[in-house]
Formats: sequence, structure tokens, C-alpha cells
Amino acid sequence: MHETFYEVMRRQGITRRSFLKYCSLAAAALGLGPSFAPKIAHAMETKPRIPVLWLHGLECTCCSESFIRSAHPLAKDVILSMISLDYDDTIMAAAGDQAEAIIQETIEKYDGNFILAVEGNPPLNEDGMYCIINGKPFVEQLKHTAEHAKAIISWGSCASWGCVQAARPNPTRATPVHKVPGLANKPIIKVPGCPPISEVMTAVITYILTFEKLPALDSQGRPKMFYSQRIHDKCYRRPHFDAGQFVEEFDDEGARKGYCLYKVGCKGPTTYNACASTRWNGGLSFPIQAGHPCIGCSEDGFWDKGSFYERLSNVHGFGIEADADEIGGTAAAVVGGAAAIHAAASTVKRIAQKGDDA
Amino acid sequence: MSTKITAHKEEAHYIYEAPVRLWHWVNAFAIVALCITGYLIGKPFPSVQGEASDHYIMGYVRWIHFASAYILMVGFAGRVYWAFVGNKHARQIFLPPIHKLGFWQGVVHELLWYAFIVPEPKKYEGHNPLAALIMYFVFLWGMVFMILTGLALYGEGTGMDSWQFDYFSSWIIPLFGQSQDVHTWHRLVMWILICFAITHIYAALREDIMSRQSLIGTMISGWRTFKDSRKDD
Repeated sequence: MHETFYEVMRRQGITRRSFLKYCSLAAAALGLGPSFAPKIAHAMETKPRIPVLWLHGLECTCCSESFIRSAHPLAKDVILSMISLDYDDTIMAAAGDQAEAIIQETIEKYDGNFILAVEGNPPLNEDGMYCIINGKPFVEQLKHTAEHAKAIISWGSCASWGCVQAARPNPTRATPVHKVPGLANKPIIKVPGCPPISEVMTAVITYILTFEKLPALDSQGRPKMFYSQRIHDKCYRRPHFDAGQFVEEFDDEGARKGYCLYKVGCKGPTTYNACASTRWNGGLSFPIQAGHPCIGCSEDGFWDKGSFYERLSNVHGFGIEADADEIGGTAAAVVGGAAAIHAAASTVKRIAQKGDDA
Repeated sequence: MSTKITAHKEEAHYIYEAPVRLWHWVNAFAIVALCITGYLIGKPFPSVQGEASDHYIMGYVRWIHFASAYILMVGFAGRVYWAFVGNKHARQIFLPPIHKLGFWQGVVHELLWYAFIVPEPKKYEGHNPLAALIMYFVFLWGMVFMILTGLALYGEGTGMDSWQFDYFSSWIIPLFGQSQDVHTWHRLVMWILICFAITHIYAALREDIMSRQSLIGTMISGWRTFKDSRKDD
């Protein structure tokens, strides 16, 4: 039996007072009322820690980097002791065969009761040879562990959508977790973002632990509590958008005054994430606050939509790069021109006929 | 073809009933408003200076877009209803007889007329077959596409638990991939409808002058008149 969270925390020298503060904070972060703080406290005092296997496929470790920076110092301590992070090849002490043995051990001890957290995704081309873990393709490790897991968390845009390694033309056929053929049919929670916000990551785990169920997901499998609104809906620069005050260029007066970044390509209006409300690095800032447009990193295929600094997507399949306005404007000009030529030809014909009649 | 209108028995047919005519013009103005404001939503006016609270330019542009869209949708719903209860011409653009050979022969004849190959067009009470075909495939389905994707995009603003989100955004956005793809397609089809409008207006003007029947007047009064009383129809 794993220790409870509370036991682990006390052992680490955290006072009960700090522990209760954390519970209130976690309740607030999850959008729950104050009455839920005691429930979280109760869960942490009585429930054993959830064993988690954290696998890494094709990825850049930005999810892990984000995760370990979970803002509140206490929250970070708790989160790292809250789950029993049995395997995470980036931050674990064990290595080699010793490390790999842990996976098998967890599967045997907690069959059907551990959470499989996946960072990155498996490439499927060449039988998965583009990502080898311990001498075997990553896709095999993923399928094997998924078979015995209770649920899967797809950390980040790689596991959720594919991200940069799956961008056109996707030479290794990098495939997001939910699209891996032959994967065991387990609930999948997508936590997209490149990386996801650390508090979002820790809150998803806290939720699963407290309520012993998965958070409510939207139609695309993302937790509703963090991905139900667009950046645009909660952006503090929104009044400038409604007023029609835009940054036209990065060094203009509008940029200095903090106007809306829509015209320099902000993807806030098409991106579902909590950046504008939760922000990053302990609520310090987020890209738009720093004066840079949102690039839409938590959206499916965001690498393939053309420039980060243009609102209109690049429409593929036209041979050359073109957006909807270039294609449509050209089409309208061609149709208009054709109508004009046709009108001229009709007039000429009519005049000629009049000549015949006369 | 003679351009002189010789003396003939004027036969008038009542084609477009009042609801169809009303819908046509309301719809036309709604589309103009939607295209202009839609273009400006994607590529807004130059930035204004001063306090944000002094202006509401994007707000008004979007308001006109959404209001026009609702007018268009109500009109479209009424038009679909009228297709059921109206006269046979009210159904024409919904059900082109594409299973009939004669219809396709008519399309070919109309194409030849536009290519200056045949000397004169045939007479039709309602739309000519080529017009009916384009009305159906480009205009009608273009409208349906714009209404569905438009509601999906609008639902993003009204948010989860709104009917727009639940019935449209929730499945249309994943169907296209993500929100930005829906925006892109919504804009592409806007351009298709602009191309349709250019063609429609040009063809209506040209037919009004060169064909054997009234066109623009018919969409105002509802009555179709023919410029000759020769049989060939």
C-alpha cells in the first residue's frame, strides 16, 4: 500500500496549516466552492497516492519542464508527492534495466489501477523505429502499458494532436495517442498545449485524486474546466479588439499602448486554453501580456496553418501558398473579368445583328 | 435573333409569389451586409486612437454581421417553408430534376447560348435549367454551409451550454479539425458566394436584355412576360 498524500507531506516537514492552505488553493484552482477544500483535505488524508507511469515518446520535455514549475511552491511539493511517480525517465534516479523493471513491477502490482501519463507520441513508420526506448520501439511500450492502465493522460500537444513532429509532411508518421492503432480502449484525457500550463496539469491530477473520477471532458476529450473558453474570451486586451484598436506592426504606437494583437496574427480567437485566466509562471504573465500574439499551441495542427503572424490560414492543396482571401479575391476577379468580357462579346454580337437587320 | 420586339400577344405568368420575392430581396441585402462585415472581421479597419471605451468599431461590425445572419436564417427558414406550401416555382431551386434527360439537354442548350453558338435561348417560366443547377449546387448548399459554419463560429462566443454551441460548434469544429479551419472555410465559401452573386447579377441583367423573357421585373412584380409569342419553349 502506498502512503497517503498527507503522510508523505508531513514526513517532508509540511505543517498541517500549510496543507490546509494547499487544499483551499487546489479547490479554487479547480473552480470549486470553498466547501470542497475539506473534501480535498479528506481525500489526501485517507487515499493512497495514485501510481503514475509517465512515458516519453517523441517530444521535447517541455511538458515536464512546465509541470515541475507548478506555481505555488507548496503545490509543487504536494504534486510531486501526491502521485506516486513510479516511472519518469527524465527525472527518475534509476536508469537502464533497473528503470525499465519498474514499469513491469507497477503493472503487476497495480494492474488496472494506475494512470498512464504520456508525454510525446509514437512514430509509426518503419515499425516505430524512429523512437526507441530501452531497445524497443516506443509504440510497443505505450501499447503494453496502456493495456493495464486505468486511464491515459495525453500531456501536451504532441500526445493530444501530434504537434511539430506530426506537421506536414510528417515523415516519421508521428501519431497522437488516441489515434494509435491497436491501443487498448481506455479513457483518454487530452491536456494540450506546448507545453500545457503547469497548474492545469497539476489540477487535472488533483481532480482525479479527489473525486476518484475523470474530469468532465468536451467533445474533443479536453477537461472542460480549462479548455471550454478561448483565450480571446478572457483576454485582458479584448476591449481594444471591440474598440477596433490594433497593433498594426510590432514597433508601432499601438504595440506600446498594448492594443489588440489580432492583426499581427493572434490566434486567441481560435484557441481553447486557460492562459488568459490562469496565466503562466505563478500568474506572472502570458504571451499576449508580453506583447506577442498567441500562436494557438494547444490547437490541433497549429504548425500547419501558415504563419504565426497572419490571421488567415494557409490553404493547402493549391500548389502555392495562399490564404482564403488570396484564393477568393482571385476567383472573384476572374469571374468579374469573365462577366465583363462576356458582356462585351454580347454587345458586339448585338451590334453586328443590328447591322444585319438594318 | 431579332432584337426588335415585334407585335405579339403579351402572355404573363405569375411565377414568384410575394413571399419568394420578399425573401429574395431581404436575402440579397443580408448577403451584402454579411460579406462586407465578414471581410472586415477578418481584415479590420485601420486602428483608431484614444481610449478603448470611446470606440466600439469591431463591436458594431460584428453586431451587424450577427444581426444580418439571423435575418438571413429566419428568411431561409421561411423560404424552405414556402417551398412546401408555395407554387411549383417555389420548389424549383430545391429540387432540380437532375434525373431527367431533358433537363440536361436544357443545360447544354443554355451553355451553348452563353457560348454564342446557338442563336437564341429557349423560353422558361421559371429558372432556366443552367440557372436552376447553379442555384441548387452553389447557392443553396453554399447557404446551408454558411449557416452551419456560421452558427458553429457564433457558438464559440456564446460558449458551452448555449444552443449554438451544443447543436453546432460541438460537432462542426472537431469535424473540420479546429476553430481556425472553420474560419478559413467560412471565408472561402464567402468568396464562392461572391462569385455566385457576380454571375447571378450579370446573368440576370444580360438575360433581361437579350433573352426572350422578363427577368428583373419578374423578381419585383412576380409576373413573367415573354418578348415573342413563338412556340419553341
